[in-house]
Amino acid sequence: MTKQQANWSPYDNNGGSCVAIAGADYCVIAADTRMSTGYNILTREYSKICKLADKCVMASSGFQADVKALQKQLAARHLIYQHQHNKQMSCPAMAQLLSNTLYYKRFFPYYSFNVLGGLDNEGKGCVFTYDAVGSYEKVGYSSQGSGSTLITPFLDNQLKSPSPLLLPAQDAVTPLGEAEAIDLIKTVFASASERDIYTGDKIEIVVVNADGIRREYMELRKD
Amino acid sequence: MFRNQYDTDVTTWSPAGRLFQVEYAMEAVKQGSAAIGLRSKTHVVLGCVNKANSELSSHQKKIFKVDDHIGVAIAGLTADGRVLSRYMRNECINYNFTYESPLPVGRLVVQLADKAQVCTQRSWKRPYGVGLLVAGLDESGAHLYYNCPSGNYFEYQAFAIGSRSQAAKTYLERRFENFTDSSRDDLVKDAITAIRETLQGETLKSSICTIAVVGIGEPFHILDQGTVQQIIDTFEIAAEQEGPAAEPDAAEQSAAAADQGGSTDEGVAPMDI
Repeated sequence: MTKQQANWSPYDNNGGSCVAIAGADYCVIAADTRMSTGYNILTREYSKICKLADKCVMASSGFQADVKALQKQLAARHLIYQHQHNKQMSCPAMAQLLSNTLYYKRFFPYYSFNVLGGLDNEGKGCVFTYDAVGSYEKVGYSSQGSGSTLITPFLDNQLKSPSPLLLPAQDAVTPLGEAEAIDLIKTVFASASERDIYTGDKIEIVVVNADGIRREYMELRKD
Repeated sequence: MFRNQYDTDVTTWSPAGRLFQVEYAMEAVKQGSAAIGLRSKTHVVLGCVNKANSELSSHQKKIFKVDDHIGVAIAGLTADGRVLSRYMRNECINYNFTYESPLPVGRLVVQLADKAQVCTQRSWKRPYGVGLLVAGLDESGAHLYYNCPSGNYFEYQAFAIGSRSQAAKTYLERRFENFTDSSRDDLVKDAITAIRETLQGETLKSSICTIAVVGIGEPFHILDQGTVQQIIDTFEIAAEQEGPAAEPDAAEQSAAAADQGGSTDEGVAPMDI
């Protein structure tokens, strides 16, 4: 008597990759714009990036329906925060909120793999990386999604800060210039789209710095 | 006002068919410091007088942003007003979450009115002691509504509530026909002038009033003190050349007399107007 398996799943994986890199006074968040299901492409122009607050941007890959629901939840909570505190949420505050929101659905999770990027209260870049149920960590750079296994080793090679066991203690913020970070992102996505079938079409790059938020695009392989 | 045997709780009718507790709640609105609102085709302006308990304390917040397209000015029990603003904000957020579009002002106002009505028909509740001037924009244009503690609501071109509001109302009555086509800046000037009417000779300065604007292409926001002071300065100069405004005192007395006339059992209950 074998265990009965579900013949329907509430989840689907729409693929895609997300990357974020933090600098001394900026943060770059990028994601590809391909949305897939199985071996098919649903659209080549879907944005996985969402602005949550003035200085806080989130990129999520996974099941986009859950991602959309999560983004709406956070936007509504942010509005309440603004009414009560008369100011925008800081990136670290939003990071905690995201973690709590994800863990709230610990037993029916949001199938959403997130990277949160932005500026903290002092204007320094910060990146937070999550799993599907809200475990998170502040890091200097991160990658999530179908291409993350290809992207992360490359970022480690270029950016990895020494082990935290090493003394003296080193900052989590990577010492990279804004233009270099964007260049690195483009390189990394170009490589990932070579081997990952779910990554491609276009990259959407969002840069958060003291001047505000700006957006760039770059074409990728369409196959 | 007066005490009688039918005013102990809100669920008791008087023989004349009035609910005195609700009328007393409307009195609370008249005791609060003034709030005014006026609208044109494209903009709505709210203004209020900042009253502080003492020189040492800060003034109470009477204008609240409810959403990008809706704001509210209150008069009366400000604590009740704060609670109702929070309710309104919640409703806007929930509507937006479900329908991805802004809550139409008329809908919000009806929900508010229904909420107020509930408190007039439960023995364990009391009516909200606050009047709300709801200013908002939606697909059908610019709106200004007044919500009473009784659960009634009315749409206005311009209105004033709170203490000494009759002076502002007189000014607005003279000018309201021009408001529909007024520019945004003229509307703000009219609002500040209306507030000045309620001050009865006190110097008008930006610390004593708060002005908020919502309009097409302009989300609801409270004007900062500097901007308001600049506007005050421009027409204080003009006013010096014109001469002082007409007697607000005479208008006040006649309004007070009219009030007392309506207060006897024979008169029309205020919430029926």
